[in-house]
Amino acid sequence: MSYCKQEGKDRIIFVTKEDHEAPSNAELIADDPNDPYEEQGLILPNGDINWNCPCLGGMASGPCGSQFKEAFSCFHYSKEEVKGSECIDNFRNMQECMQRYPELYPQEEDKESSQAEASSSSVSAAPTEGSALPPETDSTPATSTSDSTSLIDNQTAS
Amino acid sequence: MLKCRTVWKKLAPLARASSTVCRQNVRRTGLTSSRIPACVPVAHMSTGPAGGGRENQLYILLVGAACVGGAIYTYRTVKGDSQRYQDRIEEISSRSYKRATAEPATPIQSEPSAVDATETEVILEPEPEAAPSLEPEAAPSLEPEAAPSLESEAAPSPEEPSPPAPDAEVAVPETTELPPGGPAPDSLKVPSHTPYLLIGGGTASFAAARSIRARDPGAKVLIVTDESDPPYMRPPLSKELWFSDDPSVTETLRFKQWNGKERSIYFQPPSFYINAEELNGAENGGVAVLTGKKVVHMDVRGNKIKLDDDTEISYDKCLIATGGVPRNLQVIERAGEEVMKKTTLFRKIEDFKSLDKVSRNVKSITIIGGGFLGSELACALGRRSTEYDLEVVQMFPEKGNMGKVLPEYLSNWTTEKVKSEGVKVISEALVKSVVCKDDKLEIKLKDGRLVKTDHIVAAVGLEPNVDLAKSAGLEVDSDFGGFRVNAELQARSNIWVAGDAACFYDIRLGRRRVEHHDHAVVSGRLAGENMTGANKPYWHQSMFWSDLGPDVGYEAIGIVDSSLPTVGVFAKATAKDTPKAATEKSGTGIRSESETEDTATSPVASLTLAPTVEQHQDEYGKGVIFYLRDKVVVGIILWNVFNRMPIARKIIKDGEEHADLNEVAKLFNIHDD
Repeated sequence: MSYCKQEGKDRIIFVTKEDHEAPSNAELIADDPNDPYEEQGLILPNGDINWNCPCLGGMASGPCGSQFKEAFSCFHYSKEEVKGSECIDNFRNMQECMQRYPELYPQEEDKESSQAEASSSSVSAAPTEGSALPPETDSTPATSTSDSTSLIDNQTAS
Repeated sequence: MLKCRTVWKKLAPLARASSTVCRQNVRRTGLTSSRIPACVPVAHMSTGPAGGGRENQLYILLVGAACVGGAIYTYRTVKGDSQRYQDRIEEISSRSYKRATAEPATPIQSEPSAVDATETEVILEPEPEAAPSLEPEAAPSLEPEAAPSLESEAAPSPEEPSPPAPDAEVAVPETTELPPGGPAPDSLKVPSHTPYLLIGGGTASFAAARSIRARDPGAKVLIVTDESDPPYMRPPLSKELWFSDDPSVTETLRFKQWNGKERSIYFQPPSFYINAEELNGAENGGVAVLTGKKVVHMDVRGNKIKLDDDTEISYDKCLIATGGVPRNLQVIERAGEEVMKKTTLFRKIEDFKSLDKVSRNVKSITIIGGGFLGSELACALGRRSTEYDLEVVQMFPEKGNMGKVLPEYLSNWTTEKVKSEGVKVISEALVKSVVCKDDKLEIKLKDGRLVKTDHIVAAVGLEPNVDLAKSAGLEVDSDFGGFRVNAELQARSNIWVAGDAACFYDIRLGRRRVEHHDHAVVSGRLAGENMTGANKPYWHQSMFWSDLGPDVGYEAIGIVDSSLPTVGVFAKATAKDTPKAATEKSGTGIRSESETEDTATSPVASLTLAPTVEQHQDEYGKGVIFYLRDKVVVGIILWNVFNRMPIARKIIKDGEEHADLNEVAKLFNIHDD
């Protein structure tokens, strides 16, 4: 059974599980999804990619940032049947760039990249790319690079 | 009287002519108000009535002589300047980096003489105040106009003090033969201009750099820091790094996150950054970090800063993220060298390294301060106390740990937990004096108690670094300290401030200054966005967290001040409600990540201490505490309740008056795992 006590200006309430079973009647204001002030997710309301999304880690800002942006943009706007199939060159450029910085983009990403692709399915239709595309395609927190960069990311997932 | 008037009538046309010329010249010189008064009386003086009709000729003679003199002077100076300029180019291109001591002498010499010359001159040479018009943005290597130096490129050139700058600007003719791109910037050590300049190399700065690079493709960002390390995160210095099993942790600075993954405290390895000298040439831009350099002067009008080695760097947009320096107790400062040598003011990597070393070599450490840093360090050292036969004492003026943050009942409870970590806690302790006796420190408290110890760690607050406020003419907040900025973190047109040093306007919670890691990230990122044109206010509320041992961990958001009335809703905690369990479950390494990241889980590193939860009545195992201001929730602590920060954030954002906070507490499902 819950009880309540007051210590000076501080009130303390102890509640049991049963007390909290009934749904809350506290009212929260509905969020406006297009609020310009709010932190946006990976895809902005107008369909563009939010390069500053913490979920990208440092992918868009690092030395291979421009290659990554090109590749990912191409993929995002791709209307082909196999999404992103025309973006092979972009992805190859990106991979070449990343290979020059093994410290930042560790090459043992095969496991994580498949996870990465899965979690980026919110932006892509196709679950995984064909073997044609190099493993280190998309960026997400799963990659160990962004692991080192993700620590400063903070936002509410939209 | 009448004679004067007739004389004046005769002289009028001449006077008019000369004054017109004078005015024209003044306009051309870009107009320094101090000089106009000098100009006009001069005109009159040089045409002092000599009486009679001959004064016309005399006047013409004088003016003519002055003109000729002026022309000769200009010619000589310009020639000399261009010669000096050529010499300078040669010198630089020959890569000799010697300080031309003759150079400061010559500019300074010619400057006063120039000033004299102008005062007697009616006409001025066609002042290359063409020079200012050449300035503005332009090529990387162009010298901004206010530079007192004669050389047209910045680089390592000795500078004159800025007061004579306005005079120097006008008096000393700058060479008009500025080559299109200036001397090759690559040959210089430091770029003389950067589009984005970030002062300070901490968390806020790094977050801003990343934000800028994400939004402005190909952006060139220069970070200038007086530390010798590239940007790193601070929380592990008082937490995770102390729990590491690796004996070389002070060198590697790597820590194991709760999810088992190891990472370095550095945000990025060195290969992420490009060299400062390559910044201008990098075609896709990049982030360069200039370590070991302190910004000593900021010229807001000229959009440039000066380093401690006299290098000048101009910028388009600047971020000040200078953070702060740890405060010290006055009694310790006054106690002398011996005491200071045995005192650590904990903030940077080197402080961590030195404290780690000290903790292995001494018998007793006393931490003064009962806030976040003090308590975390006390718990970290307390854990070592058994291994190394180390006595850990913590003393503070409040009644309990986190006395300024947690309501009293919780603060007391926390203090008990800290004690169980092996710390000797002395509360309500005011330090009166510290002396060094027989190689031991004796701390005398106001109530007479005496504490003998080998080393002191002072964790009594942070003094925001506002050294640049004076030279930059920026406002400093008197209530909270730090640079006063608006809701969009802007101090002035091209200057933003983020992190610990920013006293900003929070639309929801009012003006404040926050000294937490997540705030540095959020504000740094926001500043970066605004530097690239976003114009967004501080809206996403930052959070903070603390762990005091394996049992006590909390996340908080908003204004969490123990002087506010609070309402706490608690449930009994189970073994599953510990900080360790929380991060294990979410698979994240650091608490603020858990909201956004969804990383792969891996086997968790085992902890040495198993959490024990006592089962007596007033057990504040887990719950939610609301901090109220005028019946509106302005702060929330999630006590051993994790991964619910978005709900807390929403409640604060709404800013509503809730009649029954128990109903609000239901939203958190505190009984669930």
